[in-house]
Amino acid sequence: MRTVWRWLELRLELKDTLRPLLAHPIPRALDGRVGWFYVLGISVLTAFVIQVVSGVALAITYVPSSESAYDSLKFITDSAALGRFIRGVHWFGACAMVLLIVAHVTRVFLMGAYKFPREINWLSGSLLFLATLLMAFTGQTLRWDQDAFWSLVVGAEQAARTPLIGDPLTRLIVGGYAVSGATVSRVFATHVFVVPGAIALLVLLHVYLVVKRGVSEPPRADEPVDRAYMERYEALVKRGLPYFPYAAWRDAAAAAIVLGVVTVLALVVGPPQLGAPPDPSIVVADPRPDWFFIGYFTILALMPKGAEAVLIIGIPAIIMAFLFLLPFARPFGQRHPLRRPLALTAAVVFIGGYTALTFAGYQAYWVPLRLEGALLPASVTGGLSGAPAVGARLFIDRSCWSCHMIDGSGGRRGPDLTHVAARLSEDRLITRIASGGPGMPDYAAILSKDELANLVAFLGTRR
Amino acid sequence: MERRRFLSYLTVGLAGVVSSVLALPALGYLIAPLFARASEEFVDVGGVSDFPRGSVKAVKFKDPQPLPWSGRAADTAIWVRRAPAGGAPEFQVFAENCTHLGCPVDWRADSRLFMCPCHGGVFHEDGRVASGPPTQPLFEKQWRVEGERLLVRGPLLPTPRLRQ
Repeated sequence: MRTVWRWLELRLELKDTLRPLLAHPIPRALDGRVGWFYVLGISVLTAFVIQVVSGVALAITYVPSSESAYDSLKFITDSAALGRFIRGVHWFGACAMVLLIVAHVTRVFLMGAYKFPREINWLSGSLLFLATLLMAFTGQTLRWDQDAFWSLVVGAEQAARTPLIGDPLTRLIVGGYAVSGATVSRVFATHVFVVPGAIALLVLLHVYLVVKRGVSEPPRADEPVDRAYMERYEALVKRGLPYFPYAAWRDAAAAAIVLGVVTVLALVVGPPQLGAPPDPSIVVADPRPDWFFIGYFTILALMPKGAEAVLIIGIPAIIMAFLFLLPFARPFGQRHPLRRPLALTAAVVFIGGYTALTFAGYQAYWVPLRLEGALLPASVTGGLSGAPAVGARLFIDRSCWSCHMIDGSGGRRGPDLTHVAARLSEDRLITRIASGGPGMPDYAAILSKDELANLVAFLGTRR
Repeated sequence: MERRRFLSYLTVGLAGVVSSVLALPALGYLIAPLFARASEEFVDVGGVSDFPRGSVKAVKFKDPQPLPWSGRAADTAIWVRRAPAGGAPEFQVFAENCTHLGCPVDWRADSRLFMCPCHGGVFHEDGRVASGPPTQPLFEKQWRVEGERLLVRGPLLPTPRLRQ
């Protein structure tokens, strides 16, 4: 064993390169409990490695063509040995990577670790964050079911709003004038070669900088970063510890936990269901993105009508401006989160807000309900006859029910009409229905005079 | 020193040439869709009599020049509305995509409205916005009647600015 090692060492000289890497000094504080805050980076990297390995496995069977992608995924899920498990690993690996990189970015932001002299760590990390989101989006698209197809259309439509280059950008993304045959292979090459390659290079730079600049020490209140920081840091790590094994063991533990959790979830829960096949000629669809983007889906639904043109481009632009300007805007000053109340508030508001938007997205109360199985409860229709009974039928047939609730049945987009007659007179009801409003279609041309009268007669019973 | 400088320039220059020779064709290949032209072909989507007056109907619209491996994605749906007797224009042919962000709108015959399942856009039967986020009417495709057949032009990814 020893002879082999010596033989190798004489030829590879690993001692010169690997040892300084493994033994690079870390602040002594990281050997304590606060060290657990510092395992998020390696956790993201672990998730990425899981994705590479499971992704290569999937690529052996997956067929990146519009005609066959869906069927090949069905085969992977239902027939291929271990296929279901590998898909599950790739899915939960993706979830882990997104969650962990958000946690990592948040940790670095809150601890002010992006400040001088680690600005490039932050910038390369920001690119890695955006690359991860791109992987999440393209990955969902490669599932090539109905949700995938329409997510791509919605993505392309958003890209089309970019000023000046919107049209060509859209054509580059979908590979032509429609989401079709050329699109899947394009997304596949992006997801499998271009972005992972970029991620690998960026990880190299990122890790190089972590070693070169040294990992940031836990922030202390009233110890702001200034130009003399580097000398102080050097003095600090002079009394520090070697990375291996004092911090490395925590990293190894974190990597093991990530892999363990992903494996168990892949075995127990399995991969997400494939939706309907990607047939754009089927107009009955309820496209939804994967959970990471549901919050954004909500934003798209709820943005004020006039502001839409600005916000669809403005929101991504603001996020990018934040990521890429932050280290230049705040290179010095306080690092401790309690000394940066604005930063702390921003992080809490952003994460809390996005979580709330995600919940709202799963409710999607703004979407008119489909009418299949629509029924008003007996407490509403019981005892009705004549015009009100006809009106109650119209309430469903004419899609009022899709947006309005009566006694717990119906949509939630418009106001609840359980007691509408107590609020609105008959005349007001007629005007509302006929001329509509900001969130409601004008029904003047849709309902005949008699129908309108019947409908109002029905609503008149709702006191 | 002269020789050293020359060799430095030569090295960097060669590296640049090699990189360009490698990268430019690949880049050109990548951006080829920018120079492709949209299909101008009109596609037969059915006989005029297939569309009763006053009706709105979904029809499958086949891409006239699909890639051989396009599969189901080569078909899109279009909504064909034929005006009631005396109405003009006789036909309106809508893309299935909502003008907000492109999801497929669904027709509800009883309430004579198109509804979008994503962000809740609603359109009247003539394509006007009825409510919800969209600001533009449904995209109309070019059509013409030849003999007894209805012909429709496309497909274009119907983005607001691609629509002329």
